[in-house]
Amino acid sequence: MSAVNRPIRELADVIRSKNAGPHELTLDIIFKTREIFQQVIASRAITPQRIAALYSMPPEKVISFVEFAPAKAIKITLVRPWICGDVGDNDIYGAQQHAPLLMLELPLSGE
Amino acid sequence: MVRVIKDRIVVLSATAILGYGFPVESFEEGLSRKPDVLAVDAGSTDPGPYYLGAGVSFTDRRAVKRDLALILKAGCSRKIPVIVGTAGGSGADIHLEWCLEIVREIALEEGLRFKLAVIRAEIKKPLLREKLAAGKIVPLSPGGQLDSESLEAATRVVGQMGIEPFITALQGGAEVIIAGRAYDPAVFAAYPIWQGFDPGLSLHMGKILECASIASLPGSGSDCMLGTLMADRFELEPLNPVRRCTTTSVAAHTLYEKTNPYTLPGPGGVLDLQQTTFEEINERVVRVKGSRFIPARDYSIKIEGARLVGYRTVSIAGARDPVFIAKVREIINGVRERVTDNFQELTGKYKLLFRLYGLNGVMGELEPIKKPQPHELGIIIETVAETQELADTICSFTRSTMLHYGFEGRLATAGNLAFPYSPSDFKAGEVYQFAVHHLVLVDDPQELFPVSWELRGG
Repeated sequence: MSAVNRPIRELADVIRSKNAGPHELTLDIIFKTREIFQQVIASRAITPQRIAALYSMPPEKVISFVEFAPAKAIKITLVRPWICGDVGDNDIYGAQQHAPLLMLELPLSGE
Repeated sequence: MVRVIKDRIVVLSATAILGYGFPVESFEEGLSRKPDVLAVDAGSTDPGPYYLGAGVSFTDRRAVKRDLALILKAGCSRKIPVIVGTAGGSGADIHLEWCLEIVREIALEEGLRFKLAVIRAEIKKPLLREKLAAGKIVPLSPGGQLDSESLEAATRVVGQMGIEPFITALQGGAEVIIAGRAYDPAVFAAYPIWQGFDPGLSLHMGKILECASIASLPGSGSDCMLGTLMADRFELEPLNPVRRCTTTSVAAHTLYEKTNPYTLPGPGGVLDLQQTTFEEINERVVRVKGSRFIPARDYSIKIEGARLVGYRTVSIAGARDPVFIAKVREIINGVRERVTDNFQELTGKYKLLFRLYGLNGVMGELEPIKKPQPHELGIIIETVAETQELADTICSFTRSTMLHYGFEGRLATAGNLAFPYSPSDFKAGEVYQFAVHHLVLVDDPQELFPVSWELRGG
């Protein structure tokens, strides 16, 4: 089976962003099935470097990158560009910073 | 209250935040399961620094009273302890008093009689100065060291209490506990830990219950969830028949708002989920096992404070003219120059921002689409200044300058902006900034959180 790129929206049930305290922004991608989760992990298609590039951030601003098997999820935490609520912050709850993830395409073996 | 040996503890969580509401049917279903404790989280820092800084609740008084009346009546009539944490939304003394006034009002109106324990969480400045001087206030990465200037500027500072002050209140016979700022899971975990149940499982169950039905499908922040804790596991069940818990909904919730789902730091230690398993025992109930609490060598408490940074005025407008939209950055630079020139003596006393919805207004520098081509723009002119009057002046002047600003290629010479409102400018009032978000090391988990007593009703 050869791998084909598939839009992440077809592969995930949940794609979201939220504050994790006032200094951090955390991104969750929860995949539809354990098989998809495992294939995505094995493909290394999502890496801290790719996320940093997607968010126009230097890689050192990616605080953590965790594969959380119990939820079939990848969780990435970034340094917030502003502390929550500082003058200039544009998303107090950090709940609308997930959209760039929706642009990802991931290589998956054909079914 | 007598500590009796039980083989299970049933915890009823009515709603994600006191004042967010819940259906009475769900709550009654929960009561029919004979809960040992009714617990509810009443706050969050999510709504930003204003509410803590200004001493105002982000939840509405009438909505809080509605929820609290239902919970207190159920607790008093059935002799089930009621525990409320982070009263008034931010849990400083002023927020706590706001909530207590509602509690007293309900007790009077409903003729309720109960022994009330009040736990304060605001930490006075002299104590914090001593802690800072002794090197006992440490940074919380990625934030930096606390400096004394920020500490002095914070209008008030609260600490997130752990389970210990709640246990003191329960041991003292509290029938209702109203607490200031608390670690969200502690409100739910204190009772079972007091009864001798495993702290790791109790805290993990609390971590999920604090958001009530958000961990179910379809998720809701305004519906009830039941947690049943046993010696080696806990089970979660939403109380509205339209919802169910699945391994994914519960495991996913474990991720929510946290940096790393495997290790969740809290007062006095870390909740370790490396060995946690999630299992669907039927269509609506999920069983969780294996969560562990690892005590820290030094007990630390998270502290929070906000400082006043100025006063805000905003003006809301839209634009549809394609020539204006194409040149908007250039136009903004021109408007800025005019404002600076007109009020030279005020330079440095205000900040002027232009938020352009349609051009990276939501994501700013994080936006990957670098050259959007909107057909219309939402524009917010925002000023933050040393006084409200000054913010009003700069906002008003910027708005009129932008409305009539002449630019090359302009055809629409009657005005550049579409205002949806008259008046077009809005005073947004005090602006706060988080100034304290650190850890303080304590010798005793209860040293910052005094318990006091009242007898209500009679």
